[in-house]
Amino acid sequence: MSSKVSILAAIKGLNLEEKPLPDIPDFAVATDLVETYTNSLNGNKGTVVSKEELEQLIAESEFPKIYSSSLTFEKFTNCQLPLHPAGFADLDLAIIEGQVASAENAAIWLDESNLDLRAIPFITAHLVIVIRKENIVGNMHEAYERIGMTKSGFGVFIAGPSKTADIEQSLVIGAHGAMSLRVVIL
Amino acid sequence: MNHPENATVFLKDVARAKWHDETLWIVREKRDATIHQIPEWEELRELASQIKDHTLSKLDFYLEELEKNATANGIKVHWAENAAEHNQIIGKILEEKNCKDVVKSKSILTEECHLNPFLEEQGIDVVDTDLGERIIQFLKQPPSHIVMPAIHLKKSDISAIFHERLHTEKGNIDPVYLTHAARLHLREKFLQAKVAITGVNFAVAETGEFVICTNEGNADMGVHLADTHIACMGIEKLIPRRKDLGVFLRLLARSATGQSITNYNSHFRSPSPGKELHLILVNNGRTKQLGREKFRNSLKCIRCGACMNTCPIYRRSGGFSYGSTVPGPIGSILSPGIDLKKYSTLPFASTLCGSCSDVCPVKINIHEQLYEWRQEITKAQGSSLKGLSMKLADGIFTSPLAYKISGQLMRASLKTLPDSIIYNPLNVWGKGRNLPELPTESFKDWYKKNRNRA
Ligand code: SF4
Repeated sequence: MSSKVSILAAIKGLNLEEKPLPDIPDFAVATDLVETYTNSLNGNKGTVVSKEELEQLIAESEFPKIYSSSLTFEKFTNCQLPLHPAGFADLDLAIIEGQVASAENAAIWLDESNLDLRAIPFITAHLVIVIRKENIVGNMHEAYERIGMTKSGFGVFIAGPSKTADIEQSLVIGAHGAMSLRVVIL
Repeated sequence: MNHPENATVFLKDVARAKWHDETLWIVREKRDATIHQIPEWEELRELASQIKDHTLSKLDFYLEELEKNATANGIKVHWAENAAEHNQIIGKILEEKNCKDVVKSKSILTEECHLNPFLEEQGIDVVDTDLGERIIQFLKQPPSHIVMPAIHLKKSDISAIFHERLHTEKGNIDPVYLTHAARLHLREKFLQAKVAITGVNFAVAETGEFVICTNEGNADMGVHLADTHIACMGIEKLIPRRKDLGVFLRLLARSATGQSITNYNSHFRSPSPGKELHLILVNNGRTKQLGREKFRNSLKCIRCGACMNTCPIYRRSGGFSYGSTVPGPIGSILSPGIDLKKYSTLPFASTLCGSCSDVCPVKINIHEQLYEWRQEITKAQGSSLKGLSMKLADGIFTSPLAYKISGQLMRASLKTLPDSIIYNPLNVWGKGRNLPELPTESFKDWYKKNRNRA
């Protein structure tokens, strides 16, 4: 007997009585979504920057390798998309367009239509996500409602830079992934 | 395996035990602070509990749904009845790929299945990539907590092992410096590995996708750089609908560490072009637990660790004292289902104060199940488990009283109870503590009298 058959048979054999699946109600959300979003992101150690601030940062920091899949900042791209993601091991700055953001926890949804390579938001040293004001919603329920049943092979909610507290609970930013997250709200 | 004895070992280093206790309490306080910002917190817990109850009541249906939808997405689905089969499936994939180096992100299931020793025997180098996991892997230790695997260690321990293994400066205990050294070391591993193994936090039946939550981004670094991704999940990790994730992602990180959400919440639905994605569905005793009416809902657990952080016994005895893959209150109700004899002291490693059930985001009645297991063990002690050694019997039959008494006190004040009561010699896990404020004579009399009664 295959394990699939035996596992399913073991469960069926229990004849469990079906319990109801609840509906998820709407919950009240913050009225000022941009302000709530900004505070939540600060809590996750990310920062909101304006378009001008980002442009200034790029001008001043001289990141050697920049890749922007966001059309707004396309002009800063100075490298080709590699065939293998390892080719981006030295990527300094990635700029990506986000689809929907949840104000309550600063999480932004990106999927393959935004990511030219799945590895980009993780492998880059610094990450910028661009989100339009009208795409900021209150909470995760609203975010999933917006995402709906879209079919993407990969999607991710990113809410901050890579971080760890595994050494005596001291918070350290930049464990394996991006060492900073900046969000530009347009 | 004897919890009180192991706890005694933990408490030998008084300063460290106190640090452990206080640090976990801080995590509990962070959780409290963050949930108070969510007016619907209790409603979310109730929803999560009902969604999981529903899923468990139709688990066969949802597993088939998941398989059907995941397969349609191009995921290769495997079924494993037990740990051995799980390991063999992975071993076979690695053999086919001729792969000798794998990176793995935190997965309690692979720990439960003892995957690492199995693969190492086949000459495969397994690198755990979560920072805490990598640290304990260097030290050849199991995790002592399901969310904070290296919580039992101090900076100086980590500095010493990094000096030895990563050639960091001797005596440099700066967490930023040490984390950076680990980043460089693990980057190299990520860039080399052809296969990445991960756990699964949630699998969604209706879409055939699964979700992995990390703060470090290590799971994503591993899988997106590798050609093959193998994800391993217990069959209880299912939820019916994508929108249910909204409920669980709001609860998980807040319960675990007091963050509003983990920084990376990755949804895997199909492999990247040219790559492979495997999903292994593992039973390993879960259908048995599903058949135990009183203990069934322990399978609702989303592994947030909140019950550990709040537990007065866990905080003061350390994860290793439980001797099981999942320690703490939830481990103490899951483990006896796996091996009643081996884990017979665990249900007694509790004050039954109920704090675990209060914080559990999926409303598992943990402390009631601990009580139920005590009944089962006491019954078994009378019949089939006669062969248990006297030492074990001693552990069972003298400790409950101690736990019960301290439990009543702790109910009154979980946090601010004076050390003199928490760490009294009646509680084996309180050994190594002095009794500065209690009148020694009367206490001893009282102890003697009560001990005889037990
Ligand atoms: S039993 Fe509840 S509190 Fe404990 S780890 Fe599981 S979900 Fe979290």
